[in-house]
Amino acid sequence: MIKADGLTKRYGRDTVVNDLSFTCQRGEVLGFLGPNGAGKSTTMKMVTGFVAPSAGRAEVCGHDIATDGLAARRKIGYLPEGAPCYAEMTPGSFLAFIADIRGLRGEKRTQRLEEVADRLHLGPVLGQSIETLSKGFKRRVGLAQAILHDPDVLILDEPTDGLDPNQKHEVRELIRSMSADKLIVISTHILEEVEAVCSRAIIIANGEILADDTPHTLAGRSRYHNAVRLTIGDGTGIDEVIAAIERLDSVDTTESDRDHGSIIVVARSGSADMRTWQDVANLVQSNDWTIESLQLEAGRLDEVFRQITRGENS
Amino acid sequence: MNIISAILRRELQSYFATPVAYVFIVIFLVLMGTFTFYLGGFYEQGQADLRSFFNFHPWLYLFLVPAISMRLWAEERKSGSVELLMTLPVTPWQAVLGKFLAAWAFTGIALTLTFPIWITVNYLGNPDNGTIFAAYIGSLLMAGGFLAIGSCVSAITRNQVIAFVISIVVCFGFLLSGFPMVLDVFRGWLPQVIVDAVASLSFLSHFSNISRGVIDFRDLVYFGLVIGTFLYANTIILQWKQAD
Repeated sequence: MIKADGLTKRYGRDTVVNDLSFTCQRGEVLGFLGPNGAGKSTTMKMVTGFVAPSAGRAEVCGHDIATDGLAARRKIGYLPEGAPCYAEMTPGSFLAFIADIRGLRGEKRTQRLEEVADRLHLGPVLGQSIETLSKGFKRRVGLAQAILHDPDVLILDEPTDGLDPNQKHEVRELIRSMSADKLIVISTHILEEVEAVCSRAIIIANGEILADDTPHTLAGRSRYHNAVRLTIGDGTGIDEVIAAIERLDSVDTTESDRDHGSIIVVARSGSADMRTWQDVANLVQSNDWTIESLQLEAGRLDEVFRQITRGENS
Repeated sequence: MNIISAILRRELQSYFATPVAYVFIVIFLVLMGTFTFYLGGFYEQGQADLRSFFNFHPWLYLFLVPAISMRLWAEERKSGSVELLMTLPVTPWQAVLGKFLAAWAFTGIALTLTFPIWITVNYLGNPDNGTIFAAYIGSLLMAGGFLAIGSCVSAITRNQVIAFVISIVVCFGFLLSGFPMVLDVFRGWLPQVIVDAVASLSFLSHFSNISRGVIDFRDLVYFGLVIGTFLYANTIILQWKQAD
């Protein structure tokens, strides 16, 4: 549904986005991840046709954004970075304006307006001017505007920025509930968001794609993939436990926090899934240690993100 | 058409959602009245016409119209809403035209509200209402020309003050292009044909024709061309900013 082919954007001598290519399909929730200034927003601006690329092209639902932009933009719902709106308008009149531009009429128009106001809980503020609303409400007005015409392609630039945890949760639920029959592209630097909603993550830095995979596989690249976290109870010596664990074949090393009695056991690379966990669990049992918890870690996306975007190797 | 009218209505709504519209209309009417009665010597002339009223329109527009047009694009750019507008299924032409027509309609409303002066002159004597009507049309067309210039300039910058000042300068050039002040700049290094062409661009001469009650086809075409040219330039600037 979206096809980007060699998208490049230069501002003077700076190359903000460099030869970016990707395709994505209906049903995907694609997360664009990257540090600030990585080129996420610029890429979205090019895909939506707001910024013309210096080189390369983008296609949305088969419509070239440069030559057939109008048809492409009809298919897109877009929340620009910072959710800009007409501040002096009320959410009610603003959404009515968007409905007019989107060509919604009659029954359908009323029904869609009601539905988005309901879904984003805008009811109480529909008649209040947007500039007097809290950041969370402003963002939701922006989201409402983007989903009003029930688009095939939804592009959201930092959709949960400035929302409180409850609102973040609601927006993620909303994204999840719409993901089946749409293509949703979100940009974010919040990693938990990617893990929570995305089926695929593209990590970009300095305008180039550094990784393109499912969040799960990406997390698998973490050195903490298959690691075991255990917390020791009273009466068991932490040194004894560490020494015994480090002798295991499937263990690479351990990291410990003596104050809290917690140990992270890093799995040796190449050992099978759950193997380290099994070994540690057996050890606990045979030595009759008291432990408070024993958890398997899937891996840490934030660590992988740092590794990839800073070019660290560990 | 629906899209243009949606943009027009939204723009017009936003004029009246803020104090801008009311402040503008009040100042416009007060200044019109002051100029007509004090500077123009409406009573002293002892004639039942509105020449002393219309004579000041170009000069009032010079400052007041850029005040309306400066926000058209600069404000959208500043607040970022231009990104929202231009990623909706809207062509640059529709956006430019919708916004321009809204500003023009707004000026039209302000101009219509000067009707008490028309009632006054009809109460005092028997003016030629045809001439007055023609002068209103001319005034509205001239305002359109100023607005088109202002809208185009506003698309260049995100700063409304810059848009305001540059619009005034460009409008001033157009207003006085038949006068030595402007012509002397061109005389001497450009052929006479071009100097004559510049001279014929004057808003003042075209407006004064119409305000005397002579609606000449050429004057209508002139204002139409000014509006069309600047709005076209406006769309070009928008697209050029996109590639920038």
